[in-house]
Amino acid sequence: MKRRLAVDLSSDCAGIKSPNPFWLASGPPTNSGEQVMRAFERGWGGAVWKTLGQDPPVVNVTSRYGAIDLGTSKIAGLNNIELITDRPLSVNLKEISQVKKRFPKRAVIASLMVPCERKAWHDIVRKVSDSGSDGLELNFGCPHGMSERGMGAAVGQVPEYVKMVTEFVKEKSSVPVLVKLTPNITDVRVPARAARAGGADGLSLINTINSLMGVDVETMIPKFAVGEKAAHGGYCGPAVKPIALNMLSSIANDPETLGVPLSGIGGISNWSDAVEFMLLGASSVQLCTAVMHHGFRIIDDLNAGLEGWMRRKNFSALTDFVGRAAARVVEWKRLDLHHKTAAVIDPAKCIGCEVCFVACNDGAHQCIDLRPGSRVPRVRARDCVGCNLCALVCPVDGCISMKTVETGLKPLTWEQYAAAGMKGYRLGRRKRRHAS
Amino acid sequence: MMASSTGRSAWRDNLAELKKPLSPEAVRLEASRCLYCHDAPCIQACPTSIDVPRFIRQLASFDPLGAGKTILEANPLGHSCARVCPVPVLCEGACVYAAWNDEPVRIAGLQRYATDAVHSADALPFDPGPESDLRVAVVGAGPAGVSCATYLRRLGFAVTIFEKRRLPGGLNTFGVAEYKMDRRTSLEELRLLFRLGCSVVTNREVGRDLAPKKLLRDFDAVFLGPGLAGTRDLGILGEDLPGVVDAISFIERVKARRGRGLPSGERVVVVGGGNTAIDAATQSVRTGAKRVILAYRRGLADMPAYDFEVALAKTDGVTLLMNAVPKRVLGLRKAESVEFARTSTKAGRLIESSTELFTLPCDRVIKAIGQRKENALPRAFGVALNGDGTIKTDPDTLRTSRRGVYAGGDAVNGGKEVVNAAADGKRAAWGIHRALRPGVPPPPDNEYWISTL
Ligand SMILES: Cc1cc2nc3c(=O)[nH]c(=O)nc-3n(C[C@H](O)[C@H](O)[C@H](O)COP(=O)(O)OP(=O)(O)OC[C@H]3O[C@@H](n4cnc5c(N)ncnc54)[C@H](O)[C@@H]3O)c2cc1C
Ligand SMILES: Cc1cc2nc3c(=O)[nH]c(=O)nc-3n(C[C@H](O)[C@H](O)[C@H](O)COP(=O)(O)O)c2cc1C
Ligand code: SF4
Repeated sequence: MKRRLAVDLSSDCAGIKSPNPFWLASGPPTNSGEQVMRAFERGWGGAVWKTLGQDPPVVNVTSRYGAIDLGTSKIAGLNNIELITDRPLSVNLKEISQVKKRFPKRAVIASLMVPCERKAWHDIVRKVSDSGSDGLELNFGCPHGMSERGMGAAVGQVPEYVKMVTEFVKEKSSVPVLVKLTPNITDVRVPARAARAGGADGLSLINTINSLMGVDVETMIPKFAVGEKAAHGGYCGPAVKPIALNMLSSIANDPETLGVPLSGIGGISNWSDAVEFMLLGASSVQLCTAVMHHGFRIIDDLNAGLEGWMRRKNFSALTDFVGRAAARVVEWKRLDLHHKTAAVIDPAKCIGCEVCFVACNDGAHQCIDLRPGSRVPRVRARDCVGCNLCALVCPVDGCISMKTVETGLKPLTWEQYAAAGMKGYRLGRRKRRHAS
Repeated sequence: MMASSTGRSAWRDNLAELKKPLSPEAVRLEASRCLYCHDAPCIQACPTSIDVPRFIRQLASFDPLGAGKTILEANPLGHSCARVCPVPVLCEGACVYAAWNDEPVRIAGLQRYATDAVHSADALPFDPGPESDLRVAVVGAGPAGVSCATYLRRLGFAVTIFEKRRLPGGLNTFGVAEYKMDRRTSLEELRLLFRLGCSVVTNREVGRDLAPKKLLRDFDAVFLGPGLAGTRDLGILGEDLPGVVDAISFIERVKARRGRGLPSGERVVVVGGGNTAIDAATQSVRTGAKRVILAYRRGLADMPAYDFEVALAKTDGVTLLMNAVPKRVLGLRKAESVEFARTSTKAGRLIESSTELFTLPCDRVIKAIGQRKENALPRAFGVALNGDGTIKTDPDTLRTSRRGVYAGGDAVNGGKEVVNAAADGKRAAWGIHRALRPGVPPPPDNEYWISTL
């Protein structure tokens, strides 16, 4: 019998080692030692402790989370206005040591946030260093509450502060330092470069996105409110994944931060989400909302899914594939103008809902026709611009596929086209014909 | 087989509505399944053209009252239709999920949720039109008449409904199986609609208590919605023995919850193969009959009843007896048994055996072999009939052969469903408007329903 490929899930992110790449992100699931121990029992590779701060601890408000549901799917997006840990520092540190003692091989990362003063940072780094944590994560991302007090995102949004505080920490820390970035910024590469310049060993991203959940149209009070008033909060969960992926890949591809270890966060719900982050450069991933929604038990299918995929793809270690897809994310001007695809509807699979027709006709490029006596629409391939919309709205898997049209033309990018004085583009401009 | 019980309170439970309302969670789930088809087959399958995807989208976006309005615009009887429509052969049967081998979206359940919301809000989603001095008389407060009256009021006509019975609603109140919709629901629906300002005169039979001539004189137009007449006779010996009843009166008694004459512990023979026969059989079981046999003269595949109705009868424990035609009802002072002859079909023709006879003992015989056409009223109005006894109408306006007289519902289509009668009432109202106010556009807020014609 042929033996199955040995698959090693262990991860090394900026020198922080864990038996698998799945870490609990700093948040409610890592509030206490009791929780983290249960998560480790279940199999989690690491945990970033709920952000620690100075004593006296912060005070939280009640009514803290709000969510967006899509149809019957609960929590497509989650908003929160919780602050950092509301427990005394000494209690957290004691529990971190207990966890490390019981689970020496799992990664425990202490997330930190104190005011922008050298002494405050030196103090907390010193206190934490005795706890046995494997790394530090500097929370420059919390977008609500703490930022009003000059911490969290208020630091992450000013590259000079990012660099300065990172330097404060590096002056004292004996363990690897990750800087957690805020997405509430125009170009995330700028604070990433600053963190690197300040000596960060790695970057983790994203923290939550500024958001307001909505307004209750009956009471006209914002959702979710503290009494009758609300404050903006931080948005996370499945809805934010594309934003996180874009930020992650832009850092992975930035010449100034090339090769910096990355811990991917934002909207990861399952193993394939995690693989996507890893393919774009993350060597560990962190989850918060998915755990708040479904509990620690999801680690079972995260590990199993990742392992099964690696086996199918013949990867024996994470390093075999981390970053593999990053270079495929390029600037628009590098895309091939001569590449052409067209939609094809499989009549055997079509159920005749005609939603593709409406979508193309009203919302795209008017190249799907209805034929009298048939509910199966037909694409005029010649006119199809290959936008994908019909395939996206079609409810049947595999019914509409986007097929590559062989044009026989040499690739032509916008860069080349513009350099050649707008000459050389060979795909004829479409003649507009209206569906009757 | 369902437990048949002889206790009075038990049969009350057995008559409770079979289909339970959907929970808000189930509504969310179902609404999110709707694909929002273009030119949706469910709309096409609905005789009143309710914009099903639109109202489902309104439910999905937490607007049940808006959804209710969409429904009631196209079909004022949407509240009862959600319960009584044979949806497997209408909207749900047309749902594209069928092509996917999946359950159709539960359109009826969603519709019920929406119209229930309208009823709990106790707010009709539309107003009467600006009053005009044109008057229309509606004969019959069945689904056809009520639908017509609703739209006439929205167009601003003064409307008087004449109904020969004590209560309005026609078969919706007196005929529809109680476990599909109870009488109270039908009456609630009417109460809300009549708020548009129809005057409803009950216990008034046109042709007997009121001369057609007078109506034609006092009103600018008349709509006839008399439905069908009583059940056909079997035309056999012993038919007038006590214990032989017609299905419609039997069902009526069940719906009125009148215990006397109900088949507690009896053996019942139902004669007929249509939906009414099924309703009579299942309601016999549900009111405590010990054994119910449904006898039909042709084969199972020939039964006019819908498959899902036949299936319900089977689960209720009704015995289906095919290829049997009744020859005599036997009994001394009351029906004691029915003598049947075996039948067979040769080249499509039904042949009765003269030798193969058998008798079934029973305490009650229910006749359900179809209803006669109502022809006294149309004759009194002097309107032309088709060969089959239905009233002849123009398909676009539902005008009869006589100017100013319109007709719709069972009396015109020969006996279909509530939703067909509702569609007819809508068409006739628009026909009446066009005839009485030629060239005048409808008052505001009427465009939408007119577009559903
Ligand atoms: C037993 C049974 C069960 C049914 N079940 C269903 C079902 O589950 N689903 C479904 O969709 N359909 C069902 N139907 C069919 C449905 O009830 C009819 O198609 C529908 O009621 C027809 O409406 P209508 O207004 O034309 O007639 P009707 O409902 O018959 O109403 C006619 C009205 O006119 C009145 N009237 C008659 N003559 C006069 C007069 N001269 N003066 C004053 N008033 C008069 C009558 O009293 C009656 O109220 C069923 C029918 C029967 C018989
Ligand atoms: C209720 C809540 C509290 C959070 N608290 C912290 C925190 O204290 N420190 C921190 O760095 N991030 C905090 N986060 C952000 C998460 O660590 C994570 O970056 C974000 O939720 C995106 O990941 P997700 O989409 O998997 O939830 C919090 C998130 C939530 C929902
Ligand atoms: S891919 Fe876009 S343009 Fe082509 S048929 Fe589909 S919707 Fe229309």
